[in-house]
Amino acid sequence: MTTVPFAIPRPTHPTGVWSWITTIDHKKIGVLYGVTAFVLFIIGGLEALLMRIQLAGPNQDIVSPEVFNQLFTMHGTTMIFLAVMPLSAAFFNFVIPLQIGARDVAFPRLNAFSYWTFLGGAILLNSSWFLGGATNAGWFGYAPLTSTAQNPGNGIDFWIISLQVLGVASLAAAFNFIVTIVNMRAPGMSFMRMPLFTWMTFITAILLVLAFPVITVALIELYFDRTFGMNFFNVATGGDPVLWQHLFWVFGHPEVYILILPAMGIVSEILPTFAKKPLFGYSTVVLAGAIIAFMGWMVWSHHMFTVGLGPIPTAVFTLTTMAIAVPTGIKIFNWMATIWGGSMEYKAPLLFALGFIALFTIGGISGIMHAMASSDAQQQDTYFIVAHIHYVLFGGAIVAVVGGIYYWFPKITGRMYNEAIGKLNFWVMFVGMNLVFFPMHFLGLDGMPRRIYTYDANMGWSLWNGVSTLGALVLGLSFLIFIYNIVTSWRNGEAADGDPWDGRTLEWSMSSPPPEYNFAEIPTVYDRDAWWAEKRGQVHHGVPVGGGSGEEEHSIHMPQPSYWPIVVSIGLVIAGFGLVYHGTYFAVAAFGVLIGMIGVYAWSFEPVNDPE
Amino acid sequence: MLSVKQRSRQLVSFTVIGAMLALVLGCTPSNPQSTFDALGPIAEMQLFVFNVIFWIGAVVFVLVEGALVYIIVKFRRRLGDGDPVQTHGNTRMEIAWTIAPVIILIIAAVPTIQGIFLMANSPLTPAQGGLELDAIGHQWWFEFRYPNPNDPNQQIVFANELHMPVGEPVNINLRSVDVIHSFWIPKMGGKVDMVPNNDNGMWLQANSQGEFYGQCAEFCGVSHANMRFKVIVESRDSFNAWLQAQAVPAPDPIDALALQGKELFRSAGCTGCHATNSVMNLAEGGRRLPGRVGPNLSHVASRLYLAGLLPNKDEGSLTVNDALLQQNLKTWLSDPDDVKPGNIMTRDAKVYSDPDSKLEEREIDALVAYLLTLN
Repeated sequence: MTTVPFAIPRPTHPTGVWSWITTIDHKKIGVLYGVTAFVLFIIGGLEALLMRIQLAGPNQDIVSPEVFNQLFTMHGTTMIFLAVMPLSAAFFNFVIPLQIGARDVAFPRLNAFSYWTFLGGAILLNSSWFLGGATNAGWFGYAPLTSTAQNPGNGIDFWIISLQVLGVASLAAAFNFIVTIVNMRAPGMSFMRMPLFTWMTFITAILLVLAFPVITVALIELYFDRTFGMNFFNVATGGDPVLWQHLFWVFGHPEVYILILPAMGIVSEILPTFAKKPLFGYSTVVLAGAIIAFMGWMVWSHHMFTVGLGPIPTAVFTLTTMAIAVPTGIKIFNWMATIWGGSMEYKAPLLFALGFIALFTIGGISGIMHAMASSDAQQQDTYFIVAHIHYVLFGGAIVAVVGGIYYWFPKITGRMYNEAIGKLNFWVMFVGMNLVFFPMHFLGLDGMPRRIYTYDANMGWSLWNGVSTLGALVLGLSFLIFIYNIVTSWRNGEAADGDPWDGRTLEWSMSSPPPEYNFAEIPTVYDRDAWWAEKRGQVHHGVPVGGGSGEEEHSIHMPQPSYWPIVVSIGLVIAGFGLVYHGTYFAVAAFGVLIGMIGVYAWSFEPVNDPE
Repeated sequence: MLSVKQRSRQLVSFTVIGAMLALVLGCTPSNPQSTFDALGPIAEMQLFVFNVIFWIGAVVFVLVEGALVYIIVKFRRRLGDGDPVQTHGNTRMEIAWTIAPVIILIIAAVPTIQGIFLMANSPLTPAQGGLELDAIGHQWWFEFRYPNPNDPNQQIVFANELHMPVGEPVNINLRSVDVIHSFWIPKMGGKVDMVPNNDNGMWLQANSQGEFYGQCAEFCGVSHANMRFKVIVESRDSFNAWLQAQAVPAPDPIDALALQGKELFRSAGCTGCHATNSVMNLAEGGRRLPGRVGPNLSHVASRLYLAGLLPNKDEGSLTVNDALLQQNLKTWLSDPDDVKPGNIMTRDAKVYSDPDSKLEEREIDALVAYLLTLN
């Protein structure tokens, strides 16, 4: 082998902090994603709680309007980019290789890079709280409120640059999962034998790859406006604020499906497992997911029904948006047909999956209401929309994600969670969620606009705002229960065997937690529910029973840990700070780029340690 | 023990009754911005479309959630259950639940599309002699302008309080001078955005007289919550009388303190942003001039609310109570940022931004005395 400069030997840390920093094991990265995203979810939740306390009664003065505007902007940005997306990524990481019978993802170091870059972006964004104030123009950042004339501080710059950094993380992860799913499926696992969660991940990754470039371009334009005095959105020189809205929502609507499709995938795993039946109409559910993703590109202007597009485009976007209800409805009906005739034991994951159907249905119905532009003119930018998005993104995405955490908890940790507390957690969350968000329907129809930091007593909004705030406290309690359950079970839960739910897919064929190499022997897949078919004796010797216990003798060569992914990410974040402060700080940006380049170079020529 | 059927029936009826009760409690037409109290053709159409989809949605809700509860109760695991039948699908059923929503959506789409075109086409355009009004969004107040009935080359300018004749379509041109705002009078119709460099329009009609609330519906910065306005709907005759009164400047003050206030209004720099002449010439070719920096104050003492927020009148009345007005003016001039946080006057006017030029108590009294004469 030729020798190469910077050829530092690969790290070899089996345990400890360094093992986490240098890990490229998809399972460990999945755990890192999950824990980090959950912490950020709690931060976003506390931001929401503060807003709810401010709005609990009329004319309250708990936070100033300036702070309130930062709170809702950061709440939206955090929940979307730092909580729900990376929580989904946690599942992609942990579950996908196991479900498709692979030993890791296609690009393990790139996977580590995605995580560290995500963490860096999250730190960059949240550091703005302490460096002059967070962004305050809404998560949608409508021009010209984001212009330097309106927003001279650097909160907006932090928002722009951290979204770009997070975009890099998301794109790298999306490419990684597309390549992994296309190339690394076990022999016999054709596309139409892939588990539903793998399918939804695949579709989500494609959406991400197509959607993020749009927001990237829009953010670069905005950055150039703010930093170099260009005029994409500058009203004073004839710039067009509606351009920003089109760019943002061409990204923003597919983004909604990026948030919800993985949740639908999780639910499509939990329901068949606990009903002990295969998913009803597998091909239809897959196709419905693909159609939702495809049509997600044709509906963006329903976010802009009041912008004044004219009656023809408004009518067209009304029809396309209403049409999306059809594949969504198909999914709900197929899930219900899946559990029809089943034999369901109501464990916590199933409760969450059923809760998802119940709540997402409500969000779906209010979604059709918004599709209808003529009546939507009354609801747009009111609390009715706030209710809708939270039924979809909380009742949908978050409830499914929590269900997914319970579902895969034994696989991830090798321990069982506390079932009674898990059920309690569901009911407290279900009640709290409805208490917070259902009254918002009434508030919206009674004319309460979104994003107002206060309201008068005579508006008639006090009662339902009070109820909603009470619900927020209940919802907060449900997450304390969740944290308690997860932490105590992780530490002293009873040991879980490899297949606690009598599962159907390959991840249940190995021990819990899985050995580093996942499968001692790569399975051969003869059936959609490969592991179930094997267990029930429908096919023979496709999936080795106890696919990996971690104890067998093996000579499996696994990719080795690496220092370089985190180095490149650190370089990116330093460059990010330089770009935020611009001017002479471009030197800092150059320094960050240099670190990144060194990291990439060293990464490219990283040697392989001799296998022992 | 109740049977499965009874139990699920009980659950379903409980859900339905609960939902209906919540709706009755939840949507209160008497609230000042309720969309259930539709008082004009646009709001009525929107309420109708909403009702169509609401009742469709209610039926879907009851069916889906009812079926879900039924399945949950019926198909629970019982002791000694083996594996259930492994059904993989049923093409006919799937086609059925694909086509059924399509049909329902087509039905719902008809009034929706009709509504979109109703909103877009005023029944009486300015060209056909309909009333025309300019509404201009500012951070964080609304400027309004009517054509001067006495001179087609002039507009009458006022702020935060819109007057409309009852039963007539009013065509509203929507503009913004700074960021995106949204013009919304819930009881008369849905909102339309005021976008800088992208002029919009809408039409509204009020079918009953009285006072109505309006509010900016697009997030527009610090005091978005305080960007509110009021609408006074009156008979055509009183509307005409009001418009004529607006066209004429208020008489000069005679009171010494008020005269002092008038002088101070000029010397303290207020006139830099606030006009006290309500009539404005159109630019060449009838082009409309951009919005002014501060609200036009030529008839500020005739408005029922100060800054669109503080009531200058007793509850339920539609006439100004001078004592309240005086108190509100004093509150506003003493600390405008307390009433409307972030407002541009506090930021840019020397008397607020420069501690050395701060208004003294007696100066505020003089200004209040002057502004009180602008009725």
